[in-house]
Amino acid sequence: MGVNVPIENRDILQTKTQLKKERFRLFVRRFLNNRLALIGSSIMIFLLLFVSFSLLFMNSSPLEIDPANRLHAPSSEHWFGTDTFGRDLFSRVVHGGFVSLAVGFSATIITAIIGMIIGLYASYYKFLDHILMRICDGLLAFPDVLLAIAITAVLGPRPINVVIAITVVKIPTMARIVRSSALVIKEQTYIEALKAQGASSWRTLWMHIAPNTLSPYIVQITNVFASAIILEAGLSFLGAGVPAPEPSWGNILYDGKVVIFNAWWMTFFPGVFIVLSVLGLNLFGDGLRDLLDPHTNKANK
Amino acid sequence: MQESLLEVKNLKTSFSTESGVVTAVDGVTFTVHAGETLGVVGESGCGKSVTAESILQLLNERTTKYEGEINYKGKNILTLNKKQMQQIRGNEIAMIFQDAMTSLNPVFTIGDQITEAITAHMKMGRKEANKKAIDMLSLTGISSPEMRFHEYPYEISGGMRQRAMIAMALVCRPNLLIADEPTTALDVTIQAQILEVINNIKNELNMGIVMITHDLGVIAEVCTHVVVMYLGQVIEDADVESLFSNPAHPYTKGLLQCIPQIDGDRSRQLYTIEGIVPSLDNVPKGCRFSQRCPHSDAKCLNEPPLLEEINDKHKVRCWHYDKI
Amino acid sequence: MLQPYTDVENKKQEHAKPLLQVRNLKKYFPITSSLGRHVGDVKSVDGVDFDLYEQQTVGLVGESGCGKSTTGRAILRLTDPTEGEAIYNGRDIFKLKEKEFHKIRKDFQMVFQDPHSSLNPKKRIGEAIIEPMKIHQIGTKRDQMDRAMELLLKVGIRKDQFYRYPHEFSGGQRQRIGLARALAVNPKIVVCDEPVSALDVSIQSQVINLLKEIQENFQLTYLFISHDLSVVRHMADQICVMYLGKIVERAPTDELFGHPNHPYTRALLSAIPLPNPKIKNERIVIKGDVPSPIHPPSGCVFHTRCPFVMERCKQQVPSMKELTAGHYAACHLND
Ligand SMILES: Nc1ncnc2c1ncn2[C@@H]1O[C@H](COP(=O)(O)OP(=O)(O)OP(=O)(O)O)[C@@H](O)[C@H]1O
Ligand SMILES: Nc1ncnc2c1ncn2[C@@H]1O[C@H](COP(=O)(O)OP(=O)(O)O)[C@@H](O)[C@H]1O
Ligand code: SF4
Ligand code: SF4
Ligand SMILES: [Mg+2]
Ligand SMILES: [Mg+2]
Repeated sequence: MGVNVPIENRDILQTKTQLKKERFRLFVRRFLNNRLALIGSSIMIFLLLFVSFSLLFMNSSPLEIDPANRLHAPSSEHWFGTDTFGRDLFSRVVHGGFVSLAVGFSATIITAIIGMIIGLYASYYKFLDHILMRICDGLLAFPDVLLAIAITAVLGPRPINVVIAITVVKIPTMARIVRSSALVIKEQTYIEALKAQGASSWRTLWMHIAPNTLSPYIVQITNVFASAIILEAGLSFLGAGVPAPEPSWGNILYDGKVVIFNAWWMTFFPGVFIVLSVLGLNLFGDGLRDLLDPHTNKANK
Repeated sequence: MQESLLEVKNLKTSFSTESGVVTAVDGVTFTVHAGETLGVVGESGCGKSVTAESILQLLNERTTKYEGEINYKGKNILTLNKKQMQQIRGNEIAMIFQDAMTSLNPVFTIGDQITEAITAHMKMGRKEANKKAIDMLSLTGISSPEMRFHEYPYEISGGMRQRAMIAMALVCRPNLLIADEPTTALDVTIQAQILEVINNIKNELNMGIVMITHDLGVIAEVCTHVVVMYLGQVIEDADVESLFSNPAHPYTKGLLQCIPQIDGDRSRQLYTIEGIVPSLDNVPKGCRFSQRCPHSDAKCLNEPPLLEEINDKHKVRCWHYDKI
Repeated sequence: MLQPYTDVENKKQEHAKPLLQVRNLKKYFPITSSLGRHVGDVKSVDGVDFDLYEQQTVGLVGESGCGKSTTGRAILRLTDPTEGEAIYNGRDIFKLKEKEFHKIRKDFQMVFQDPHSSLNPKKRIGEAIIEPMKIHQIGTKRDQMDRAMELLLKVGIRKDQFYRYPHEFSGGQRQRIGLARALAVNPKIVVCDEPVSALDVSIQSQVINLLKEIQENFQLTYLFISHDLSVVRHMADQICVMYLGKIVERAPTDELFGHPNHPYTRALLSAIPLPNPKIKNERIVIKGDVPSPIHPPSGCVFHTRCPFVMERCKQQVPSMKELTAGHYAACHLND
């Protein structure tokens, strides 16, 4: 066994790219085999494409009032009909979709980032754990919607405040998920090995514990996204969310509530989009759970 | 020669998995007589536990397929229906597992679980059953069995739990006991106690025992006959004396040489068997040991050897056992 | 390539000087009630002394829970000892500030028992070996990679497996990778905590040979922890037998096996099942279980199970006595 074997890094790097390709192929195959993930992601992609293409190519404005054409049923001119002010519902649903998805998405991203930080540090430092988790417990004690309403009531009904409200409501669950899986990982021998090598706590937390919490974390992100959409719709429906006349799925529903018996389309179309997006996200999340589970990983190897 | 208690003939157990069918046990044959302890030895994953669980048909019914014969007292128990099998389990053939903690129910006391095992198979009053359970506990060497009777599994030590398991398995006086690594999780001093208990009880009840272990020391200590398994097959079958004095299969020889001996020459390097056990979805074509065997040749690589008789007490699965 | 060990041993004896001296090491884990009140201690390690000599191996044997791992972890400061000192290069490493200890941390490394949890499943094995070099900022990126590959070769892993993940390796291979990781920073002392206990016999012998070979090549000092006397006998130059947090006997390996003195050592020796059916050794089957380390017995800790127990054993703690050169035992029978 030679000590001074010349080592060609190039060879090795080649195997690295090869391995990466192989793994990627395997992942794609497993993804395609996973019906839930496939359906879920198809729905989401369809929604996104639908919303963005419509926004690009649409010529009617969501705010343009046309009192002559109030509450028209769906027709070739107004695909989804018109609302109580004669505004084109299709354009409102599309714009509202953009607003709802954007609010949900930004709330989810912020929740994910803050939740990760809180969860990780709570799992690692005992005194932080006591403080942070008590706060989380406190927040979790309120029903989601009530808490969100309270926050928007204080801050005022604006999209940015809706994002803040959703974030505050959802952070505790996020942090708990991260914390509980980080607590398990913290006890693993490889973390002790890292300590034995003298790794800093930053390195241990972010380079080693965090990557191992990813699978439950990612699944949870899809869940948070779905419930953020519902929460936004709920807030707007109750008038505490995105303020009129700016459309969002929630406040279109609200407008439709009054005329539900003579204009079904006003509740039907936003309702369908909410259901579709939540369904898509949940299916996608469930599919991911299977996909990221190391056990099925092994079986398929 | 006395009649055999258990005769496993050409047992083949396969599982259907996501990646196809794997055959974990592939043509295992052995015989156990009353009053005899048969040792089954081999490395992790060679199919010892699957063999044991096949005998009692404990594996998942949907994914498992058994082939071959398992004759218990001359009757093939693979053909029995669920209900008949239920009668055999625990009553005629009992099993103890490696991990007593997970095999005992944590929410019931030791006593409850043993009495439960009694009343499942025998018509007996509660009082009588309790007494029997306590008798059994004291037979396994548990001190103050009346007290232990009312304790929960987590309240007692590992050795004690293993004793309770043995008591539970033996309380219906089975004719055959299958012990799957009963001492692997225990310390040597506790292992010595448990092995002694098993041996004593065997003599008392004149049972047959199938002792599964990976420890050749335990085999030498308690067994009368041994089968050595490798990758789902029996590769050597012999009585204890011949196995240890004249091992015939290169794998058995290797195993015996590579354990550090308490009285061996410690300045030498240990003998090693190169490589690792191949995985089940990649079984070698010829002899299953051929990739690791120092004596393998073209024939070994292409044709699977059969279990051949060297003499009436010794069988081996190797093409060249007489030359090496 | 390997020299016969007997020669090496002689050579070692000449140069032997203590590299690490552990004195009166104690580790108590506090037990708190649900209200946070301190109600007692688990006395995991209760006054342990031993010396590690350069390039030699000290074996630590005993039954599970007797405090072997805790001793090893305390030396690496993975757990803060309750009491005691460990002198390395003239300084007590338990008293060093975290920053100062970090500088000599790489001299102490550990190989762990469980091959399945000792490697990060999300890190390629190459990265796992580079990690300690990164932590201690040794060499350039390229140097680190070269060294990692060299180490992999040394422990018998092909270099094209550099980018594979741990789950693609068997238990024995993972132990090799764990060893390579420990070697990455050129340690002086390696604590091997049951490195072969989870392995099959045929793999076990491969790893034992590798450990000995690596010790030669890298001039390592081992603290070798195991519950298996025959494995320890093969590895160690000196053996400490532990029972309930205390070392009850300490002797050079051949002396210990030739003339075991302490009743516990003798019981342990006789309990090992020998792979030879012709020898039915006379068993000293000791009764009962190891008592709880929360309330260890008074006097001699072994008195609840000792076949030779006397009245004074229950009150008086026996002290370590030197029987012959380097052979110590703590038992009243020696008085
Ligand atoms: N339900 C199952 N489905 C698929 N494969 C299985 C199943 N159960 C066991 N196997 C495979 O069968 C082989 C034999 O397993 P078995 O548990 O009998 O090994 P063993 O000899 O008892 O090993 P150990 O010493 O580790 O207990 C292994 O390769 C295992 O992966
Ligand atoms: N973190 C801990 N907290 C409380 N008790 C512990 C802890 N670690 C170990 N112990 C206890 O210390 C004793 C010795 O443990 P250990 O050193 O791991 O034993 P060994 O390695 O000899 O099997 C055991 O009784 C164990 O339960
Ligand atoms: S058949 Fe050939 S390869 Fe197999 S054990 Fe015998 S000699 Fe070795
Ligand atoms: S001191 Fe007494 S109890 Fe302890 S080992 Fe010696 S004889 Fe036994
Ligand atoms: Mg098994
Ligand atoms: Mg340990």
